[in-house]
Amino acid sequence: MYNDFPNRSDNCRRSPSATNVVPVPLLVQWLHSSCIFLLLAACAGALLLIAVPATAQEPVTDDDVNDVARDLYCPVCENTPLDACPTQACQDWRDEIRAQLSQGRSEHEIQQYFVDRYGVEVLAQPPFEGFNMLIWLLPILVVVLAAFLFWRYLGRLREGAPPTADEPKKDDTAMVAQGSAQQPPPAADEDDYVSRIEKEVRE
Amino acid sequence: MIANLGFAAILIAFAAVIYAAVASLYGAKRGDPRWVESARNAMASTLPLILLACMLIVYLLLTNDFSVEYVWRVTSTEMPAYLKVTALWGGQAGSLLFWNLLLAGFTTAAMLRKWDDQRALMPYAILVGSITQIFFLGLVAFVENPFTPSAVIPPEGQGLNPLLRHPGMIIHPPMLYLGFTGFTIPYTFAMAALIKGRLDDGWIRTTRRWTLVAWLFLSLGLILGGRWAYDVLGWGGYWAWDPVENASFMPWLAGTAFLHSVMIQEKRNMFKVWNIVLVVLTYLLVVYGTFIVRSGVISSVHSFAQSAVGPLFFGFLGIMIVFSVYWLLRRHDQLATANHLQSFLSREAAFLLNNFVFMGVLFATFWGTNYPIISELFTGEKLTVGPPFYNKVNGPLFAALLLLMGVAPLTMWYRSSARRIGMALRWPALAALLLSVALFALGVDSWGALFGFWIVTFSLILTILEFSKGVRARMKRGESPWAAFSNLIGRDRRRYGGYWIHLGVLVMAFGIIGSYFFQQETQIRLQSGESAALGDFEMFFNGVRQFPGPDDLLIKEADLSVFDNGRPVGRVTPRTEFYTRTGQPMTIPGVRSTVGEDFYVIMVNWESATADAATFRIFLNPLINWVWAGGFIFILGTLIAAWPDPVDKKVTAATRARRPAAQPA
Repeated sequence: MYNDFPNRSDNCRRSPSATNVVPVPLLVQWLHSSCIFLLLAACAGALLLIAVPATAQEPVTDDDVNDVARDLYCPVCENTPLDACPTQACQDWRDEIRAQLSQGRSEHEIQQYFVDRYGVEVLAQPPFEGFNMLIWLLPILVVVLAAFLFWRYLGRLREGAPPTADEPKKDDTAMVAQGSAQQPPPAADEDDYVSRIEKEVRE
Repeated sequence: MIANLGFAAILIAFAAVIYAAVASLYGAKRGDPRWVESARNAMASTLPLILLACMLIVYLLLTNDFSVEYVWRVTSTEMPAYLKVTALWGGQAGSLLFWNLLLAGFTTAAMLRKWDDQRALMPYAILVGSITQIFFLGLVAFVENPFTPSAVIPPEGQGLNPLLRHPGMIIHPPMLYLGFTGFTIPYTFAMAALIKGRLDDGWIRTTRRWTLVAWLFLSLGLILGGRWAYDVLGWGGYWAWDPVENASFMPWLAGTAFLHSVMIQEKRNMFKVWNIVLVVLTYLLVVYGTFIVRSGVISSVHSFAQSAVGPLFFGFLGIMIVFSVYWLLRRHDQLATANHLQSFLSREAAFLLNNFVFMGVLFATFWGTNYPIISELFTGEKLTVGPPFYNKVNGPLFAALLLLMGVAPLTMWYRSSARRIGMALRWPALAALLLSVALFALGVDSWGALFGFWIVTFSLILTILEFSKGVRARMKRGESPWAAFSNLIGRDRRRYGGYWIHLGVLVMAFGIIGSYFFQQETQIRLQSGESAALGDFEMFFNGVRQFPGPDDLLIKEADLSVFDNGRPVGRVTPRTEFYTRTGQPMTIPGVRSTVGEDFYVIMVNWESATADAATFRIFLNPLINWVWAGGFIFILGTLIAAWPDPVDKKVTAATRARRPAAQPA
């Protein structure tokens, strides 16, 4: 499965607080550090906004390119995301992403650039608008509707149930006949197979 | 000459199977067993004929007979012999012929083995079985003939698609095909039962083991396919919700639902219609899956073949839908049950819920796979439905299945008490919660992963408790722990094989959750002598070696020393393989594998010997080996459940003696 988590490199298994064992201070510490992180992120964001020309000089890493490429598909190599595709065409696309990133464009702008040129086909999933809302809505609708019908059907099946209709232990008659008839019948909720095993071992 | 002989064999087989259909129908109408027997013999004769055709094409492949088009399309003179043999399923026409061979094998074996048991169903079983075979043999005879002579005889062949030269890909298609063709057997007998109007669970008992075997191969095919993708496709994963992967996953989903719901019919004599619907659905999805793979209707990385077979498949699918639905509706009344659901908290309700969720996954997968076609039809807009869609929609449904897997075995048939189940769930739930809390304290901060690990641990504890309950009951009777364990499984292999399969799925789920939520990756350009780090790992780039491989291969292999927390742990050698004749590149990763994680390196680009620099993509795939270990456990469980036992005959004899009325005269 491709990983579609945009922040997967942040998903380290061991955070700096890993050595701390006591849960409560840890939670506090975690909140604390995440607050600081948020603050830092906000500052960084603000800086970015102010100093767009400055970021233009920063080198764009391959990881930055892949972060954008991961959710794009070129129309030729269908079903192979751009970050994993070895063809020359996809290499060119990645170069384009790199060029645009170094001009300070956002991931969204770059996606839009490719969509404008090649159609929504380049996106990993159709945008949630117009006819394409169906792709998300229909499964949900069908599951909900089916759940409703399923529930009603079960209810109907149950309503008709006479108190103990077919409950007598039909399937056990063979065993009962084989000599364990004197065994008191298990309580309705007794573990049927534990008792079956016991019967079996006795044979 | 040999090609003509092969084609003749296909034509005779085609004629024989048409005769089998006609004769079985006539024999059934006249009530004349001689015609039915003759139909059976005709049906059985297709197997040696198709086998002959397969052997002849293999002979042509081995002798580089490029006067046959298929031969030069999939082989070249330098290819090793074993690859030439496997080239039988390396292209469109050959795969279809191979499909026919397996189908004929299954059908013939089922007819001969079940001849005495199910004599009454036989005429119709032969009829239905031969309809499938007629279609696929017809395809091979008239549309995709592997013996078609070349227009121009080339001096050298194109060679097998490099992606198919990997061991995983050599075994993977036959496994899938075995699974696919195997599922025609339950369909054949279910339809025969419908047409004949013999609607007891005879067809289910007859095909139970066949269904399990088909399911075993399909599961094996799926797992091997994942492993192949991981080893060869070079993107660091094993499942991409590619249309062709989905094509083999969908019949698996329907088949799995059937394997569960069939138990309700056996135990409670309920949901007969639903079981037939599931069998029909599985069969249709098998045909549809073959259609997707073979027609290239939804083009994808796997669809090597694109040809005119699409419309034919579509037509056949339509006919089979109409045929199946017609008989289902006609027999609908006779399939009604007098039994009722006693409680929502019962085993039968749990199985139904299981079916409901499986159908949900199936629908979502079907919808996502086909949505590009639908969108193109209605809006003219081409689009991609990638993994994000499937992960979002199917993820929660999978979670529900895993939860159900743990809880459902605690329910009883008819009804069970909520209090008792609640008591049984309390401690495992708490223990699993403790683990999740511990993981959280260790720094796991993804709620999805924590929840996933909770479910898996919870169900794992419950499943292990199921085993231990049985073992303890036996041990109380004085059996040693090991004897108790093996007797427990041996006495009820279907049940405990099933739980064993559950164990496998849960172990796989651990791996899937781990590698899905915690995969790390980075891409970096290194000069010889430089190093890169990811997680606890560091790797030093020692340089690239270039050398010719077998066939027309040119191999560039990077040499990297790997350090785990500063401790040297060996080297990895990612490589690119370049097939000079076809110009096709392959990216083979270098992997350092441990129980905890895979350090997985791909060489994205090597500049040249002079620059001595290369770009690498490094993945850290946590817990990924649990996926393969779980797969192994899974297959083992299926073998436990499906392994033929000598007692089986005795049981059938006993049932026959007990219920003489159910047997054909």
